[in-house]
Amino acid sequence: MHTITLTQAKEGLKKKKFSSVELTKAYLKRIKETEPKINALVTVTEEEALTSAAKADKLLQKGEEKALLGIPFIIKDNFCTKDIRTTASSKVLDDFIPPYDSTVFAKLKDAGIVLLGKANMDAWAHGSSTETSDYGPTKNPWDTGKLPGGSSGGVAAGVAADEAVAGIGTETAGSIRQPASWCGVVGLKPTYGRVSRYGVVAMGSSLDSPGPMTKTVEDSAIILNVLAGQDPLDATSSPRPTTDYTKSLKNSIKGKRIGVSHKYTDGVDDEVKRVYEKTFAEFEKLGAEIVDLKDDIFDPKYSIAVYTVIQRSEVSSNLARYDGIRYGHGREFFGDEAKRRIMLGTYTLSAGYYDAYYKKAQQVRTLIIEDFARVFQKVDVLLAPTSPSTALPLGSSKNHPMFGEMADVLVEPSSIAGITGINIPAGFSSDKLPVGIQLIGPQFSEEMILNVAYQFEQATPFHTEKPNI
Amino acid sequence: MKYTPVIGLEVHVELKTESKMFCRCSADYFGKEPNTHTCPVCLGMPGALPVPNKKAIEWCIKIALALKCEINTLSKFDRKNYYYPDLAKGYQISQYDQPFGIDGSVELSTGKTIRIRRVHMEEDTGKLSHQTLDTEKVSLIDFNRSGVPLVEIVTEPDFSGAAEVTEYLQKLQKVVRHLDVSNADMEKGDMRLEPNISLSEKASGKEYIKEIELPKYKVEVKNINSFRFVEKAIEFEVKRQAEILDRGETPIQETRGWNETKNITFSQRVKEEAMDYRYFPEPDIPPIRFTEEEIGAIRASLPELQDEKIARFTKQFELSEYNAEILTREKSLATFFEAAVDAGKAKDVSAKQIANFIINKKISPSETTPEELAGTIASASQTVQVDEKELEKIVQQVLKENPKAVEDFKSGKENVIMFLVGQVMRNAKQKLDATLVKETVLNQLKK
Repeated sequence: MHTITLTQAKEGLKKKKFSSVELTKAYLKRIKETEPKINALVTVTEEEALTSAAKADKLLQKGEEKALLGIPFIIKDNFCTKDIRTTASSKVLDDFIPPYDSTVFAKLKDAGIVLLGKANMDAWAHGSSTETSDYGPTKNPWDTGKLPGGSSGGVAAGVAADEAVAGIGTETAGSIRQPASWCGVVGLKPTYGRVSRYGVVAMGSSLDSPGPMTKTVEDSAIILNVLAGQDPLDATSSPRPTTDYTKSLKNSIKGKRIGVSHKYTDGVDDEVKRVYEKTFAEFEKLGAEIVDLKDDIFDPKYSIAVYTVIQRSEVSSNLARYDGIRYGHGREFFGDEAKRRIMLGTYTLSAGYYDAYYKKAQQVRTLIIEDFARVFQKVDVLLAPTSPSTALPLGSSKNHPMFGEMADVLVEPSSIAGITGINIPAGFSSDKLPVGIQLIGPQFSEEMILNVAYQFEQATPFHTEKPNI
Repeated sequence: MKYTPVIGLEVHVELKTESKMFCRCSADYFGKEPNTHTCPVCLGMPGALPVPNKKAIEWCIKIALALKCEINTLSKFDRKNYYYPDLAKGYQISQYDQPFGIDGSVELSTGKTIRIRRVHMEEDTGKLSHQTLDTEKVSLIDFNRSGVPLVEIVTEPDFSGAAEVTEYLQKLQKVVRHLDVSNADMEKGDMRLEPNISLSEKASGKEYIKEIELPKYKVEVKNINSFRFVEKAIEFEVKRQAEILDRGETPIQETRGWNETKNITFSQRVKEEAMDYRYFPEPDIPPIRFTEEEIGAIRASLPELQDEKIARFTKQFELSEYNAEILTREKSLATFFEAAVDAGKAKDVSAKQIANFIINKKISPSETTPEELAGTIASASQTVQVDEKELEKIVQQVLKENPKAVEDFKSGKENVIMFLVGQVMRNAKQKLDATLVKETVLNQLKK
């Protein structure tokens, strides 16, 4: 039962094939079995889950129709959940119990979800491995000697291992798409400002984007319907109207121009390249046109310095509130990675260095934004591998301070530009590790990239494969 | 004195908006139970985000306009990063290089113009209280004040003495009270002053000091929380610095606190150079754009300020500046006066009469209405209509009783008529129309 998708769960509950309590119990059982192997969750909320499930069943019996009623979820531990422990996988917040909800979680509760637990992550979202968590690394369900990616590694691994129907992660630069790629699940990074950041432990304020991580593209679209929209508590959330993100999924993508460039494959592992290039034929079969941009797009490597400087500058300021006075523990509980980023971010903002680092990075950021706008005049969507490699072994991120930035090079440009991207499973390496591809679209084009992603997914078998765990 | 004080002022004005600057908590914190006006935003909790208070920004712009500033139509908030226990987020949301208002001015009674460098918005911090609880020395923090809107007004170092500073502060207080954006009560902390004081041998106090001639140090003085301390604190500090300079030394660049019981300033924090606040644009708040029309609308909504009123009253109502100043001190009195002038029109009572009456009898708007006042003045000066025959009788009587006066008139002393008119008025025991009486007397005398 735990292998079902969101669409299947909704149907099953509606048709009374099973109840929410049954579904929840199945997942709680699965979690008990699988957690010792993958450590995807920091907190399991068994009692709350069963209570919510029972309430959902009552409403379902009355015929109530909420978008996610009775569906078991896991949510990354940087989303504040009222009265439920929220740690951001850092010992600083080891016993922090927020008296308020993040807007995302409030919306999910309104839609009727059942919360199974809070998912593991790189502490403070500082990483691309989930290895820097203060609660131990999460392991990739496809090979427990490998990393799941990060920083939403707990959600990716949890969804891949069927510990939940679906999950919610956040992306600052790759933290949804990259672990989704390494764990073989769908990961959608909405446009910055499409989903409210209120109540999400802030990392890169001008970058953070909450988004769904699911087993199928349709599942992500259903969840985006619940999450998208302006929030009066978040001044950076967009007033742009939302839409029904599921309504165009089944449209043909005939005539869609899909841009590709060698700049997004130079330096990528051969196995990844192989899987990626095979997808061209699939898209062409669906009627789309592969457009080779050749050199007519910025090299993603320029984004690395821009992202590193901007993000760490914002991080150094965002972590200043954790002084242990009003809540949580003191600064001595910060891990090495957090300290490193605070130091670097403080430096890049300091007098005498601000112009050379922070200001310059923001100026180059504008150039990157303009480059994408220009490219999207020529093509509708960009296609690229999500990550230069498949899941790397445990321990790879240690003693490698720029590990994340190098691993995320292919997703950083679109993150910096604040545009939207989705990872979908596209195949496997010879050692049966998932390879993901990403579709990147202009600001607020989620409906379109979900459509292209859905068409590819439905024409291929990769989304049906499960790890042997 | 061979030194001229060079003083610049930073004044913080707390706005009396209903909500705080970046959250919906009540901004009315004075005297409230600690930590009862708080929320995740003003407590700096994980994931909390600031959302700007539009009214506070409009009020800041009003203040800037009233101080004759240019308004930056593109403006933004910036983070000022530093650590202090009463600063919940570890940074203060303020404005750095694109404040709402720049390049304003205030004119003093001497004709000297004080230049306003900038007017910007920021949020207030929490309040620390050092106490002893159960024999333990503790520092308690009340976050009710955290996030309350503050407008900071910074001048150029144009002041050359305590009297100028006091006058400026009083003018500023009047302006913000007149705009109804702040109570500006120094004792309650909703107007705070931080003068930067140094002494110069080169400055004359008559022209603006050139940047290169500025003294190489400056001392900031904090904790002056009443008008009566402003002069004392500045004078003390000026004297202290003069003594150091006389010895051939340079005063240390530092922050000093005013101690009101000992009447001295004392060293608080040595500032060798400006602290690096690592300002960067606040990523949680998009930049703020105003159109010229929107600024125009705010400008049009400004009430008339006292200086403007004085000019208008002297012109429109032909009052002396002295009287105009008295009548415009309080907004309520000025409004009352104008309403009384209006009411007086129907009763033939002049603006000057009303002005004199109000000032001489110290009339307060709470005592009476404009209509009543106009009525009172009218009847006091009103002439009574009298029967002509009655008047003739009285005149005849007076002429009979004053034969010598009649003789004098007939022999050419024409101004004796006024004496006779006065007698008629006295006998009539009413206020008669003097012209009519004179006419009647003349007629009678000719007979």
